[in-house]
This record gives sequence, C-alpha cells and structure tokens, in this order.
Amino acid sequence: MNAEQMTTVLLHHGFIIFASLWLIPLLPFVGFLVNGVFGARLPKWLVTAVGLLAPLGSFVVVLIDAYAAWSGVTLPVAEELALNHRAIDWISVGSLHIDFTLVLDQLSLVMLLVVTGVGFLIHIYSVGYMHGDPGYARYFSYLNLFLFFMTTLVLAGNVLVMFVGWEGVGLASYLLIGFWFQKKTAADAGKKAFVVNRIGDFGFLIGIFLLLANFGTLTFSEISAKLTASPAAIDAGVLTAICLCLLFGATGKSAQLPLYIWLPDAMEGPTPVSALIHAATMVTAGVYMIARTHVLFDHAPKALALVGIVGAATALFAATIALVQNDIKRVLAYSTISQLGYMFLACGVAAYSAGIFHLVTHAFFKALLFLAAGSIIHAMGGEQDLRKMGGLRKRLPVTFWTMTIAVFTIAGCPLLAAFFSKDAILYAAFLHGASGRILWFIGLMTALLTSFYMFRLWYLAFLGELRSEQHPHHATPLSMLVPLVILALLSIGGGWIGIERISAYLSPSTGALPTSAESNPHLELNLSLLAVAFAVVGWFFADWLYRRRPARATQLASAVPAAYQLLANKYYVDEFYGAMFVKPLLATSKYVLGWVIDVAILGGIAWLLAGVASLAGMILQRWQSGNLRSYAAWLALGAAAVLLFVLLHGTGFTFATALRH
Amino acid sequence: MTFLHHDVPLSWYLLLSAVLFSLGVVGFLIKRNLITVFLSIELMLNAVNLSFVTFAYQWQAVKGQIFVFFVMMVAAAEAAVGLAIIIAVFRARATLSVDRIDLMKL
Repeated sequence: MNAEQMTTVLLHHGFIIFASLWLIPLLPFVGFLVNGVFGARLPKWLVTAVGLLAPLGSFVVVLIDAYAAWSGVTLPVAEELALNHRAIDWISVGSLHIDFTLVLDQLSLVMLLVVTGVGFLIHIYSVGYMHGDPGYARYFSYLNLFLFFMTTLVLAGNVLVMFVGWEGVGLASYLLIGFWFQKKTAADAGKKAFVVNRIGDFGFLIGIFLLLANFGTLTFSEISAKLTASPAAIDAGVLTAICLCLLFGATGKSAQLPLYIWLPDAMEGPTPVSALIHAATMVTAGVYMIARTHVLFDHAPKALALVGIVGAATALFAATIALVQNDIKRVLAYSTISQLGYMFLACGVAAYSAGIFHLVTHAFFKALLFLAAGSIIHAMGGEQDLRKMGGLRKRLPVTFWTMTIAVFTIAGCPLLAAFFSKDAILYAAFLHGASGRILWFIGLMTALLTSFYMFRLWYLAFLGELRSEQHPHHATPLSMLVPLVILALLSIGGGWIGIERISAYLSPSTGALPTSAESNPHLELNLSLLAVAFAVVGWFFADWLYRRRPARATQLASAVPAAYQLLANKYYVDEFYGAMFVKPLLATSKYVLGWVIDVAILGGIAWLLAGVASLAGMILQRWQSGNLRSYAAWLALGAAAVLLFVLLHGTGFTFATALRH
Repeated sequence: MTFLHHDVPLSWYLLLSAVLFSLGVVGFLIKRNLITVFLSIELMLNAVNLSFVTFAYQWQAVKGQIFVFFVMMVAAAEAAVGLAIIIAVFRARATLSVDRIDLMKL
C-alpha cells in the first residue's frame, strides 16, 4: 500500500480530517488556557514554547489537511469533508436544530492556510518584539485566543458558529488593542473598536434571524441548496434585506464605510497585533463572510451592487486620508481599509475568488509592511512619527529591503503578488457592465493614490537623513527578521498562483468568475499596463515631492490649506459621528435614561415602596408595648378568632374525628 | 370499672373544663403577680387535661390519656424552669409585677 492509497483509506474512514478539524481551533485554545492561567508563574521560555507550539500545531494540522485534500482526493463541497454527521448537537429547541459544525472546503482551507501560516510567523515575530514586556504571557494567551476564535470563524459550517467566532475575534481584538491598558488612548481605542463592532454585529444578528425565519436553517450548504433549487421560494425583498444586514455586519468587522473609524485607532495595540488582527486576518472576516454566503448575494443583485459601491468608495476615501498621515502605523491602517475596499469591490462584481485572492496576497504584504514598521518602531524606541525618521536604509538593511519589496508589491509593481490580485479585481470590475466601469475607474485612481502614499512612507522613513535626535539603538533580533524575510518571499511569489488557478480551485465554494463576452487576454494585458502606468505616476509624484525637493511637500500643503486640513483631519468623520451619534446618545443616556427613567421613575418607585413600608412600621410598632399582659390578650383574642372561624365555617374536623382515627 | 358514674352527662365534664380554662385565661390576663400568672397557666393546662380524659373515656381511646401524661410531664418541667426564672427575676428586679417587667420593649 503506497502513501497515496493509505491517505485515501484514512480519508474514507474520515479519521484524519475528523480528528484534525477539531484540533485546529483546539490547540490555540489550550495555549490560551495554559498561558492565561499559569503564564505569570511559568518561566519565560516555557511561555514562549506554549505560545508558539499552539499556532504551529494548528498550521501543521492544516498542512496535513491540505496535503490530504491535494493528494488524489479532490475536495468535495461540504458533505464528505464537512463531516456534518460528526457535528455536535448544539442547540435543539422545538423545531430548531443547530449543530456545532466545522466544515473544511476549498475556501476555508485557503483561509486557514493564511490565518495559521501568517499567524504563526507573527507569533515568532512577537517573541522578539514583546521580549521585555511585563505582560508577555498575557500577550501570548490573547494571541492564541484570537487564533482559536479566528479558526472557528473560518471553519464554521453554519452562520451561528461563524457568529461565535466573529464575536470571539472581536473580543480578542478588544483585549489586544487595549493591551497596554494603563495608557488611556489604548484603553479608549479598545472600547471604540468594541462598540463600533457591536453596531455592525447588530446588523449581522438581524441577518441571522431573518435567515432563520425565512430558510429555517442556518447551515451554509443547506441555504445554498435551497436557494439554488428554488430561487423564487424566498421573496426578493427579504433576500435583499438579509444581504444588507450581512453587509452591515461585514462593514463593521472589515472596517468599511461607514463603520471603518475603529481601525485607525486600533493601531494603539502592539504592532504585531496590528499586523495579524488588524491587517492580515480578522478584518478580512467580512470579505470571507460575503464569499461564504455568496449564493445569497448572487440572488440579491441590489445588495451586491451596494457591496461594490461600499468597497470602491472606501478604497478611494481611505487612500486619500492615507496621503497626509504622519504616523507610520496610521498610514498603514488607512491603507488596510483601502485594500479591504478592493476586496469588497471584487465581491461586488461577483468575482469572489478574486477578492479571496487579494485577501491572501494582502495578508502577505500587509503583514510584512506592519512587521517592518514594527521593526522600525522597535529600533527607534517607540517613535512612530514619519517626520522624525529618515535615513534608516543603512541602519536597518533587512527591514529596508523587505519593506521595499512590500512597498513595490502594494504599489502594483509587475510580477509581485498584489499586481496579479489587484489586476484580477480591476479586470473583473471592468467586465461588469457600465457600473463596473465606474468601479474600475475608482479602483484605478486608488491604485495611483496607493502608490503615492506608500512611496511617500518609503522615502520619509528610509531615504534622506535622520530627522531626530532619537538614534536607532535596538538591534533587531533574529526572531523578528526571519518572519520579515519569509513574508517578503511570499509577497514576491504569492501572486504567481494566478487568478485562473485560484478561481478554478475555489469555484466549488465561491462559484466561478463571472464570464463576459468582452474578455480577452489583450484587454487584460492593456488594463494591467494602464494600472502600472497609474502606479508609476503615483511613484513619480512621491519622488518629486519627497526626494528631489522635500520642501515642496510642505509648500503644497500650505498652498491648499483647506484640502490639506480636511485630509489631515480625516474628513472630520470622527467629529461628525461624535456630534451626530455619540453626543446625542450620551445625552440621552445621561438625561433621559439616567435622570428621568432611572432617578425619577425607577428611583421614585423604590422610594415610594420604602416609604409605605416604613409608615406601616411606624403604625405597627405601637403594638409592641412590651407589656406581657397585652401580648397575652392579643394571643387569646387570636385564638378566640380562630375558634370562631372554625365554628362558623366548620371544616368537619373535630377532636372527635381526630380521636376516632 | 365504674369510677365514672354514667348518670353524669359528658357535657358537664366539658363545661367544667371550659370554666376552668376561662378562669385560667382571665387570671392570666388580669393578675399582675408573676406567680399568680404562672398558676393560671397551670389551671389552663389542667382544664385541657380534663377534656382529654373525658373524650378518651367517651370514645374508649387510649390516645387521649397518653396526651395527658405528656402534658403533665411538660407542666412539671415547665414548673421547675418557670419557678427558677421567677426567682431569678425577683433577685434581679426586686419585683414580681408583670407590668414592670417590660424589657421586651425597646
């Protein structure tokens, strides 16, 4: 029996997959428990070992799954690999039955490879980055907790299990943003992220209820089957409502308009956290969710169009803000929002696999960008202001070269990863009719801006002369350099899979790419060249403003002060939301709920009850005279009253009957 | 066994019991001397005993007689404890008037 046959036999026994599917989330959970409960008392090397082995174990299990799926056995959709029959009976009330199902299919496998793979690299990086932090064990337990929930989210076989993971990653995100909770800005940022995400989750939850009410099931495969079998069975309006609710949930988690505001503030967390949770994995959950429920969106074209519009608008909007930010992590945060917009744009033109493709490459290059930025911050002793950097090229050579690769990748340099995925999205948008052309053009403009702000960051950080007294003094440890190099290699080669191969592979899960009569390789090549040209223009502008004549940038800013202020203050959206929602809500809470309802009504009722009771006490206390004979008199009176009652309403019970029995 | 004459009707015994009980109640309520109050309680207990034995005889049931023994036993114990308390109270307050023993009032 050769290895391949053996794998097949084991697969058909369902043994490997069954065991391993549960292991994927379980291992990080064990890591979370060990480090969370005993971490403070364990030696540091043991904390590190537990913190690293958990994600490594998950990654290895995923690799085994990938090998099993790849060797001989083609991945079937849901049924055979899903092991629905092994699922745990979770909720069973009346006619409602929900299993705790884990499903491994093409989509979740790709996603898992990214989550556990990039996750493991960032765990390694964290060992170096967090080495001196007093909360070292707490940090790793949170990070493992995040992986537990993220893998649950990805493996979920129904919407409710996904929601559990969805909420869980929100919790982990909150804990890690506010990791340095002694710092007020960090604690506030954590709260903001949590609250804004709850708003989105509200939409998601309503969507789940609507799904349950109209489909009677929450299992992805059953929903798809039902909708494909009889598309007219569900009212189109209801479908659109469901999709809009799901989209609202996705905008919260994936930081899209109008709920993107928490992500820039989330940069208060440690930089590896920004890389893992707020760039590579968690924030892509919204895209994953839309791809997972794509059958619903396919039957609700209006909602799908809105997905594209939200994506394109967010991509452009966030890119313009990124142009003028001075905090290196904020630039990357807005860049993340913008790139997530691309993924939504792809979903909006029904090119889900292109969105997932960009998700994968983005996980590589954005994690790399953040980790490189973290390396700079680490070396600069916590400095994040681009204006105080400069000339780091010679001092941090590995960081410089890996960052350079990442910058060229995100800018869309040909043959690097993002070039393929971004072009796949733009091409799919271009083929999507007249509305698609508009989305395509917005995407193209965003590509120009992306190139500009990334090269701006690059010039400010690495070229020229150091612009502060703060000399880079920390040596970058090997544990931080290795992930940088691996991610750089992935950022170069990650796109060579190509959109054709990945969409063919993903098609059982996400459907095939939409076909168009206009599609031809010539057009695709020309569009690619156009995108590259736009990126070069962006680079040229950055070069002109920040390398050749650095003074020009400030001149330009002061030439159009209104525009500059608008961008620098992020379109005043936070202020607008503050005045529009936060202040009125706070006022309502304080005055209406706090004073009127709580103090006046509820408090009034409580005081009234207390008053009645004490008044009754004041009257009744006269009885307690202390005179023994008065007590005896009341006793006798009471006995007489009872006797009288029995005589008048005789129950037939007398001493005579008592003695007789 | 003729220690109870059959020409004395049952109601007479019960009436006597009721009269004795009422005397006990009234004595308990109007007397101020603690010892008299205590005696009134004994009177009530014995009134009840009388009705018990009456009914026991009437229905030829031994349960009623057993009750009486229990009551007498408890009364004896109560007398011992009660008199001890009365002596203790007198030593502490130099009075036996129940109206002046009003510590239960706050």
